[in-house]
Amino acid sequence: MAHRILDNITHFVRILRRAGLPVGTDRALRAAQALEAVGFDRRADVRAALMATLLTRHEQQEIFDAAFEAFWRDPKLLERMMMMALPTIRGRGPEPEIPKRPRRVEEALQAGAPPRRKEPPRSDEAIRFDALLGHSDRERLRKADFEAMSADEYKAALRLAATIELPLSPVRVRRLSASSRGRVDLRRTLRRMSRDPDTVVPARSTHRRRPPPLVILIDISGSMERYARVFLHFAHGLTRRDPRIRTLVFGTRLTVLSRTLRHRDPDTAMQAAAELITDWSGGTRIATSLAEFNRKWARRLLTGNAAMLLVTDGLDRDEGGDLGRQAALLSRFAHELVWLNPLLRFDGFEPRASGVRALLPHVDRFLPVHNLDSLHALGHAFASAPGRSPDAVRKARRTSSRPPSPSARGRPEER
Amino acid sequence: MAADDPIRSVDDASTRLAAHGYLAGRELATAVFLAARLHRPLFLEGEAGVGKTELAKALALVLDTELLRLQCYEGLDVAQSAYEWNVARQMLEIRLAEASGKAAEPGFAATLYRREMLIERPLLRSLTAPRPPVLLIDEIDRADEPFEAFLLEVLSDYQISIPEFGPIRAQEPPLVILTSNRTREIHDALKRRCLYAWVDYPDAARELEIVRLRAPGANERLAREVVEFVQRTRTMDLFKLPGVAETIDWTNALIALDAMALDPDTVSDTIGVLLKYQEDVERMRAGDLGAMLDELRALSPSLPQ
Repeated sequence: MAHRILDNITHFVRILRRAGLPVGTDRALRAAQALEAVGFDRRADVRAALMATLLTRHEQQEIFDAAFEAFWRDPKLLERMMMMALPTIRGRGPEPEIPKRPRRVEEALQAGAPPRRKEPPRSDEAIRFDALLGHSDRERLRKADFEAMSADEYKAALRLAATIELPLSPVRVRRLSASSRGRVDLRRTLRRMSRDPDTVVPARSTHRRRPPPLVILIDISGSMERYARVFLHFAHGLTRRDPRIRTLVFGTRLTVLSRTLRHRDPDTAMQAAAELITDWSGGTRIATSLAEFNRKWARRLLTGNAAMLLVTDGLDRDEGGDLGRQAALLSRFAHELVWLNPLLRFDGFEPRASGVRALLPHVDRFLPVHNLDSLHALGHAFASAPGRSPDAVRKARRTSSRPPSPSARGRPEER
Repeated sequence: MAADDPIRSVDDASTRLAAHGYLAGRELATAVFLAARLHRPLFLEGEAGVGKTELAKALALVLDTELLRLQCYEGLDVAQSAYEWNVARQMLEIRLAEASGKAAEPGFAATLYRREMLIERPLLRSLTAPRPPVLLIDEIDRADEPFEAFLLEVLSDYQISIPEFGPIRAQEPPLVILTSNRTREIHDALKRRCLYAWVDYPDAARELEIVRLRAPGANERLAREVVEFVQRTRTMDLFKLPGVAETIDWTNALIALDAMALDPDTVSDTIGVLLKYQEDVERMRAGDLGAMLDELRALSPSLPQ
């Protein structure tokens, strides 16, 4: 009996794993113990026991439920489905007939089965291409507008975007670490004395500093497409260096890419992102997307003095939305809200679109991004931010590269 | 897990929790039973005010043991969470030893790091307490990553390694409850060591029972209307949905105002107890509260009579 349980759990765990849930062997073993403890009398208990031992986040619930539903009805069925999901078998011969399988699990199974990705073919090519670029080519590439680039130039630009740094000025955190100045740390002082009893040199510690967390929210609607791709590569490069960076994209709905962009290989990361995003190059619903971000994510991501980059042209398709209200909320969550707008490259840019006018009063900074140089400049803009006092922020606003009209500066007093 | 009276089954967990005023859903009761049986920490996630912390308090009562609570915050370190050397006493001993000429003896330094020199903070205390306590690590999402990393050893081996002293291991592991409001994602390494349970808002029937239990002053009509109202509120597109804690607070507030039933004015006056964002309050007041209340009463209520 005991090994039958284990067999079943192993099967079930493999299904979950294929569906993309990270379930290790340790968890499978624990699930077996849990089932022994609760027994098999009540289905709800079995379910709860498996949930407690196999899940680690609430989002996994949906896949788990579908898989459990199917498994409980007929473990054999799921087994057969799993066979089908094996990459070697999938797609060959006629579909074996399987009566009414739950669509969600099937999708999960198929999505979870590691698709045989082609070897990343482009990296070599890109290196060669990069080598071919002379100094003046690169110079031109840095100044060229993403919209105006040829396909090859654009490809090279994507590679370069991933290498650009974004040095945020570090903020003080509460954690202490050893330092030559600051508070005396008695414990370390005493340890030092016991090593070297004849001297009394106080060991000190002071508050650590580190860059604040960064959240990047990218508009991937039709009008933004080329810029959005560059930004995804930029975000991927940043995420590889600092996994605390979170990236979300929106067109008509919000998609979270933070985990996806942690893949080391850019091609794998971008492909995974493309699989998640269903609204590439469609319309934009900025207000709705911001509302969703505010409700679901702002409180989770914008903690610890987080900075936020909002990349959009501000051209909202749903007119008359409550964009202003949502932007105001957002600006209260983010320690610093920076709006990057490719339209700013036009010298005569005037905030006429209603979306732009709604957003503008609530951002701390408003900067152009349309070529690699402006991405570089972004780093400088952040690095030169002189501290974080309200005064400094006000000063930074005044010195931002293209200040919008003074009337647009007022921020809600409660900040 | 009190040695004398452990939790025996899922049913046992839910009846005993209920006896101490905590009505747990079946899923949560199962998770609690498993945490106790398998000696695994229980990681509770859920929105604010759904009763995660209360569960730990109730469990301490059920097991008739001490509740050790560690409130997390950024920068929380070993000295505040686990142990601290009693440096003042160590200094004193050095002075005494110097006076008697023992300070120069070999091995004197080692005697400064004796067990009695340790000041126990909640984590260490939970391992050394004579009777295994309930250890509540509250709002772990407020602590920073370094503290999470420090917790790993405690949670997997019920052990704390002190550099100057060596490892201290629990004779009998405490029952550990971790809670998180998901203001940030907790590292998988920590979650891997725990059992996981998502604590959801209760359904109307259970919420009514909770209100009856926790706000006994409310008459039946008020309790029902409050629960119906709150349940309805949770389906609205609000910024922060009210938790059970808010339901209880609101009921008690209404009792204090001698309300026998809900009416638009009272709701409007006391809505701040239920909703904590100005946007949400405005939204609620902008809607027609009277119509909403009438609707609630007219519709066949989700609660069994």
